[in-house]
Amino acid sequence: MVRIEFLGPIAKESLEMEATSLQDVAEALSSDEEIKAWLQTCAVAVNDTLVSSLDTPLRSGDKISLLPPVCGG
Amino acid sequence: MLELYDNALDVPEILRRWYGSEAQNNYGAFIPFVGTVRDEAGIEGLSFDIYEPILERWFASWQTRVKAQGALVKMAHAKGDVGIHESSYIAAVFSAKRRVALTLIDAFVEDFKASAPIWKYDLKQGERYYAKERSTPIEGSGLLGAVE
Repeated sequence: MVRIEFLGPIAKESLEMEATSLQDVAEALSSDEEIKAWLQTCAVAVNDTLVSSLDTPLRSGDKISLLPPVCGG
Repeated sequence: MLELYDNALDVPEILRRWYGSEAQNNYGAFIPFVGTVRDEAGIEGLSFDIYEPILERWFASWQTRVKAQGALVKMAHAKGDVGIHESSYIAAVFSAKRRVALTLIDAFVEDFKASAPIWKYDLKQGERYYAKERSTPIEGSGLLGAVE
């Protein structure tokens, strides 16, 4: 199981799912109407490192974070 | 040095302490940037969420980059609510000569706005409203939206 966390303004509780790559996570989240609209603008981190490939492999216990557009300061 | 505070920053205390901590370290330039919440668009203030693990990594990578030029960067940011005319953000660069610090403070603050995992909300009538239009997608965003 991997854990998905939704950061900042995405008002959604964390969830857990079976996934071996980010491709699996993308497919699962794209069928979630509540979260689908955020996917185009969110960055993705695995275990607190930003990633850029859907082929990123996942292991059980990994933490995937979705980071919506930012505005510090 | 990265400092996070609940609510508004104590600007004189932070600047005095940062100045004092480096005053004997032979830096010829100390260039701080202080961000203040302005009275605009009917807001009562701003509010901030921070994802600290990635912010700490982002800051550490900048510190490495800055130190390679013989300089030093410090940053403070507020969490939670900050009122009008209070400060939510301070960044500062110390360097031997002014040009390095002037260039680095500009690059640091610009990348901060584009990359630091901090989310801003307008405070109106006690409610938080995500500042979506003023926010920037982090480089590489949309990865999970590429699947149909």
